[in-house]
Amino acid sequence: MSKDRKEYWRKNLRIMAWLLAVWAFVSYGLGIILVNPLNHIHLGGFPLGFWFAQQGSIYVFVVLILVYCKLMRKLDREYDVDE
Amino acid sequence: MGILGWTYVFVGLTFALYIYVAWRSRVSDTKGFYVAGMGVPPVANGMATAADWMSAASFISMAGLISFLGYPGAYYLMGWTGGYVLLALLLAPYLRKFGKYTVPDFVGDRYYSNAARLVAAACTVFVSYTYVCGQMRGVGVVFSRFLEVDINTGVIIGMCIVFIYAALGGMKGITWTQVCQYCVLILAYLIPAIAISMKVTGIPIPQIGFGATIAAGHPDAGKYLLDTLNIIAKDLGFVQYTATFATVNTNMLNVLCITFALMVGTAGLPHVIIRFYTVPGVRQARASAGWALLFIAILYTTAPAVAAFARYNMVNTLNDKPYIERPQWYTNWQKPGLVAWVDKNGDGIIQYRPGAPFVGRPDFKIVDGKRTLGKYGQPLLNNKITTNKNELYVDRDIMVLASPEIGGLSAWVVGLVAAGGLAAALSTAAGLLLAVSSSISHDFYYRIINPQATEKQRVLVARIFIGLAIVLAGYFGIYPPAFVAQVVAFAFGLAASSIFPVILLGIFSKKATREGAICGMVAGILFTGIYIIQTKFMGVGNWFLGITPEGIGTIGMIINLVITMVVSSFTKEPPPEIQELVESVRIPRGSGEATDH
Repeated sequence: MSKDRKEYWRKNLRIMAWLLAVWAFVSYGLGIILVNPLNHIHLGGFPLGFWFAQQGSIYVFVVLILVYCKLMRKLDREYDVDE
Repeated sequence: MGILGWTYVFVGLTFALYIYVAWRSRVSDTKGFYVAGMGVPPVANGMATAADWMSAASFISMAGLISFLGYPGAYYLMGWTGGYVLLALLLAPYLRKFGKYTVPDFVGDRYYSNAARLVAAACTVFVSYTYVCGQMRGVGVVFSRFLEVDINTGVIIGMCIVFIYAALGGMKGITWTQVCQYCVLILAYLIPAIAISMKVTGIPIPQIGFGATIAAGHPDAGKYLLDTLNIIAKDLGFVQYTATFATVNTNMLNVLCITFALMVGTAGLPHVIIRFYTVPGVRQARASAGWALLFIAILYTTAPAVAAFARYNMVNTLNDKPYIERPQWYTNWQKPGLVAWVDKNGDGIIQYRPGAPFVGRPDFKIVDGKRTLGKYGQPLLNNKITTNKNELYVDRDIMVLASPEIGGLSAWVVGLVAAGGLAAALSTAAGLLLAVSSSISHDFYYRIINPQATEKQRVLVARIFIGLAIVLAGYFGIYPPAFVAQVVAFAFGLAASSIFPVILLGIFSKKATREGAICGMVAGILFTGIYIIQTKFMGVGNWFLGITPEGIGTIGMIINLVITMVVSSFTKEPPPEIQELVESVRIPRGSGEATDH
């Protein structure tokens, strides 16, 4: 594998790792592990932890995939591996 | 026109649409049959994936499930959506670059082994089949509830419809009918949801109304809906609606394992994975995962709102009210036995409290073909009465099925909801059946038994197997095995412990070997399978860290990953052409050429 390809793959893995870290933090962190302390904060009628668990995490998931598409598109072009 | 009339109109119109679409997209080659010619635009594939994924259970039962669970419903909401992030980041783009037809295709080629292909094909068939039986039953149930036909007749009608468009158009026919089915089911879900949100909170967006205050003219007007639900729950002796980790035997580790197993299981379901083979390239595969999750999120973020509105409505219109003043929807849904009341204290008033009012589903007393009525006109029951104070039986499906009536909508919306439920069940059934038949006809027949088969023979075999698969699924729909509900945990557990890890390592590790993959898959399946059988069927306790069968797929996945890596490090590394294959799937360029083989 050429040096460029290796670097492309490394950067891809880095993007993935960051996005998956957010994914895990929002769902397991905010939605489950930290749900009790977060529930003391209110967002309108929602206890915040409950909101993250039943609504917020799902919105974050959608945004994560969107960000992933954008970043990878840029990376593909940068390394000239796009279709 | 009445409810029944409108239902026939909507169901008839949508069925005609599906058959028309299937006729327009009929195919004659294997590429069209298995992967829709790889020409599906990302938005369309997103809709098709959403319809493929959201089953009768998502459409009819999920809101009700959350409504009774409260906060813990979130494990399912997050589990079934979070899996798409894994799909988008870890699997979809690479599998699309690989560019063949099925999941076992990738496993067999990547691990240069027909034994691995066979194990993957068997998992695919098993996972998909456990799912499809439930869908066929779902079709029958929707028919019987809305069109007043026998459940079995409903199953047979559903079989015929699926057969027409699946056998005719293969993946292409299925894809475009799924696009239509998504539109039908999301409209059918949103219209009543918006109406109920307007009615309860005065806000037309359910996701916002869910956290708003109750509108004037209702009990507790001006207070936050969720606070009110908590107070109601407390007064009646239920667990508070937003209370966390309230149910017995939930330890934190188990909760995390369940959510994770649902996510990984979702990402490992073959009928979902193969949808990403149908788009023109890698970029479109990433994008369509995003579209799919967006389209799914529209329903999945509405469901918990519907759950809260429906619970509020149900308690306020039924609890502590005289039976003779019951609402019309109660009477309508008592007919098919989705609600029932037993007057334990003889006061004529409905008391709704925790616990089951009687044992099992309602079994009404019937004399001369008519239900025997009690003092207040309520149908009497044969069931054994329990000792708790609860007098009301509520089937969770009613939260969605009765929502148009509770929301005060006209009869045509009920017809639309029926068409939506059928769309959800049929689209999932068709996608699953295609996954089953392609595993058998492509991976088993063509790749292992008869590699010389001509294009024409292969399409014919695929059609025959999809026909057989439908007949068998229909049989299980008519005679449902008692264990169907139990085996759903199996489907997710197996997808999580076999299919997901083996693909993941196939992409992200160049050193994973044939021997490693086979040992890993077998170990993952055996551990997960035995644990589920022990705990679900043999009465053994949850011996591994107290993890329930729903969450054990997480452990099975870890075992699979560890064993694959350990065995791989001792065995001869994969041949150079396989290492090149792995390198090539990591680069988007060239996905067009990779399709033919």
